[in-house]
Amino acid sequence: MIVEFGHFALWLALAAALIQSVVPLWGTSRGHAGAMRVADTAAQVQFLATAASFGALTYAFVVSDFSLRLTALNSHSAKPMLYKITGVWANHEGSMLLWVLMLALFGVLISVFGRMIPVVMRATVLAVQGMIGIGFYAFILLTSNPFERIANAPLDGQGMNPLLQDPGVAFHPPLLYLGYVGFSTAFSFAVAALITGRVDPAWARWMRPWVLFAWSGLTAGIALGSWWAYYELGWGGFWFWDPVENASFMPWLIGTALLHSAIVVEKRNALLKWTILLAILTFSLSLIGTFLVRSGILTSVHAFATDPERGAFILLMLCVYIGAALTLFAWRAPDLEDGGVFALWSRETGLLVNNLLLAVACGVVFVGTLYPLVLELITGDKISVGAPYFNQTFLPIFGVTMLIAGIGPFLSWKRARKADVLRRAATTAGVAATLAVLLALAMGLSDPVGLLGAFVALWLAVATLQDLGRRTGFPNRAFLRRLVGLPRSAWGLYLGHLGLAIAAAGVIAVSVWRDEAIQTVTTGEATQVGPYEFTLMDIENTSGPNYQTSIAAVRVTRNGELVTLLFPERRWYPVEQKPTTEAGIRTLWHGDLYAVLGDPNGARGFVTRYYYNPGVPWMWFGAMLITLAALITLADRRLRVGAPAARRSAIAQPAE
Amino acid sequence: MRTLILLLLLLAPPAFALDPGEMFADPALEERARAVGRDLRCLKCRNQSIFDSNAGIAKDLRVVVRERIAAGDSDREILAYVQDRFGDYVLLKPPVAAHTYALWLTPPALVLIAGLAFAAYMRKPRRTPETLSDEDRTAARALLKETR
Repeated sequence: MIVEFGHFALWLALAAALIQSVVPLWGTSRGHAGAMRVADTAAQVQFLATAASFGALTYAFVVSDFSLRLTALNSHSAKPMLYKITGVWANHEGSMLLWVLMLALFGVLISVFGRMIPVVMRATVLAVQGMIGIGFYAFILLTSNPFERIANAPLDGQGMNPLLQDPGVAFHPPLLYLGYVGFSTAFSFAVAALITGRVDPAWARWMRPWVLFAWSGLTAGIALGSWWAYYELGWGGFWFWDPVENASFMPWLIGTALLHSAIVVEKRNALLKWTILLAILTFSLSLIGTFLVRSGILTSVHAFATDPERGAFILLMLCVYIGAALTLFAWRAPDLEDGGVFALWSRETGLLVNNLLLAVACGVVFVGTLYPLVLELITGDKISVGAPYFNQTFLPIFGVTMLIAGIGPFLSWKRARKADVLRRAATTAGVAATLAVLLALAMGLSDPVGLLGAFVALWLAVATLQDLGRRTGFPNRAFLRRLVGLPRSAWGLYLGHLGLAIAAAGVIAVSVWRDEAIQTVTTGEATQVGPYEFTLMDIENTSGPNYQTSIAAVRVTRNGELVTLLFPERRWYPVEQKPTTEAGIRTLWHGDLYAVLGDPNGARGFVTRYYYNPGVPWMWFGAMLITLAALITLADRRLRVGAPAARRSAIAQPAE
Repeated sequence: MRTLILLLLLLAPPAFALDPGEMFADPALEERARAVGRDLRCLKCRNQSIFDSNAGIAKDLRVVVRERIAAGDSDREILAYVQDRFGDYVLLKPPVAAHTYALWLTPPALVLIAGLAFAAYMRKPRRTPETLSDEDRTAARALLKETR
């Protein structure tokens, strides 16, 4: 009964989305304020209905109602409660329901927290959100109904891919969707701007918090997925340039560009058209990502179902939404006028160049991802585009982006003093180069690519600290007071860029200095891995809630002193008939100690793989800093337009 | 229970992870095998190289690579050997050929387009002049006088 109620609620949500997209637009065209306000109510109803629907499905998973086709196929009564709940979105239908739940969530958030946005703009934005909703509700209800019953309910379910029964990956989809779907707000604001013809700094201020929020979720989601691959797949690999990964990375790249160009609109009323285009493209890439992952044209741990009907439906939706938005853009954008004028040497130019580089980087990933699919379609040739291609093409472009991100903050708005900027950049270059050379000498770094990468990461870190120091007047006495008094968006800038530098340093460190040892050992046998000695102490067979497992105890020492004990596992999930490996990891400030237990080999031996992965914790720390930076910026007073303008400190801040 | 678990573990399909039995004793040769292997795709995996996969086919390909190294082939010869048998699909770095020109030319082309677009944008005459003309200055002065 509850399940049928959930199904009904989803139809209700579709109805609310229909009303939300039609009535407010009619209101704006007639100047009817009441009709415009329907948008708020409809968004709230839509959210309640979708939440009820999602709740009903979750209930079916929690109580293991196997008369539901979805639960029977994807759940099992012996699964721990956490994975019964996360199992709701670990399948095609449920994950699409999560998708619309997020969409409805953003709608209701705009209706509640967007009170300062003029009603015409808010109504138009919500109407566009409603239109996006219609497509996806229709998709779920017509092709991917999660509430389908089966006549003869099985005694128990078929379980869920054990690779996904993991706390890290449990919250990867909701965060990723927060980003993916959150970018729909950027799309709606862009389309609303084109419809109403209003694009100005205020518009950018209304839009930017949503983009920041979505972007922070996407950043965290990507990092979480990468972290999961790192510890769960048992190789210590964290990024494979797999199409599914690229699908989430492309919106991130363009979304990053959008965040930065929106600043230019906000501060200087320039790059209006470019920003609107980026907003449309960011969500378009999210849609393309959804298509790639959900249509089944890719096979991976994410592609739960391969159903051409669904693929065709999403492709059609994709063409309608993206096509309509771009057509609208081509029609209306020429009428928009850029206000701000800026010189070649200015912050605006710096941001524009970085925007272009990010767009090119995204374009490279886009082509690398889709080329094999399109080629096979046209000529039948099957090729692979893997890490070597992306390393050669993407990394240089992204490296230059990081260099410019470093000195971008040196440039002042409108017109910067060229000599001044160059002098400061020379300092950056000198310090970064010196540090890179010292690093090379101290750590024996001879790989030219690694050295170049280290220089780029150091450059970004040095430049960021250099600018922070200058802005706070380091090292004079007012330094600390000024540091505390920095506006939050400035904190966002420094933490975000520093986070990127740290994450990049981690990636470089692990690719240059990883140590590994793979061998068959019996208990008591020691193996040297870099400066560490790994000793297999014992192996114990035991069982978890829904799996059997062998747990090894591995002692790690350095120069005879105990560092830690690691407990790698080999699990066997009898329901799903699949093994998983759980790496034993100990995180130190400079790197991870990482042990994997492999197959038994010979009479008493076990294959073990030991790694020392320097820099890996830096990647996660960097990603956390970047996410945090976005959230801190989100809390900046200036983004909450209409909020009381009380100053937190009396110190006047220079506009950044 | 313990025997049951062991039995189940034995029933588990073997994971063909990189194991010490297949590895070269000589670290230099092993390093070479890894370097070559990094460019070869595990055919049934996500975009993973044969050294990043537990699949049986990945193990088979690793063995092939090692055999060719032992037989004295150069890296290029090994890649060609595998490509002959499995096609372009096995190469993670696509070959430069007629059907991949577009792929390899896209990145430089995008950089070029972005550069040209940037140059065009920056050279476009600005609607608002950067400096005030003399007439503007007089007009502004007149306005200021008015408000005073």
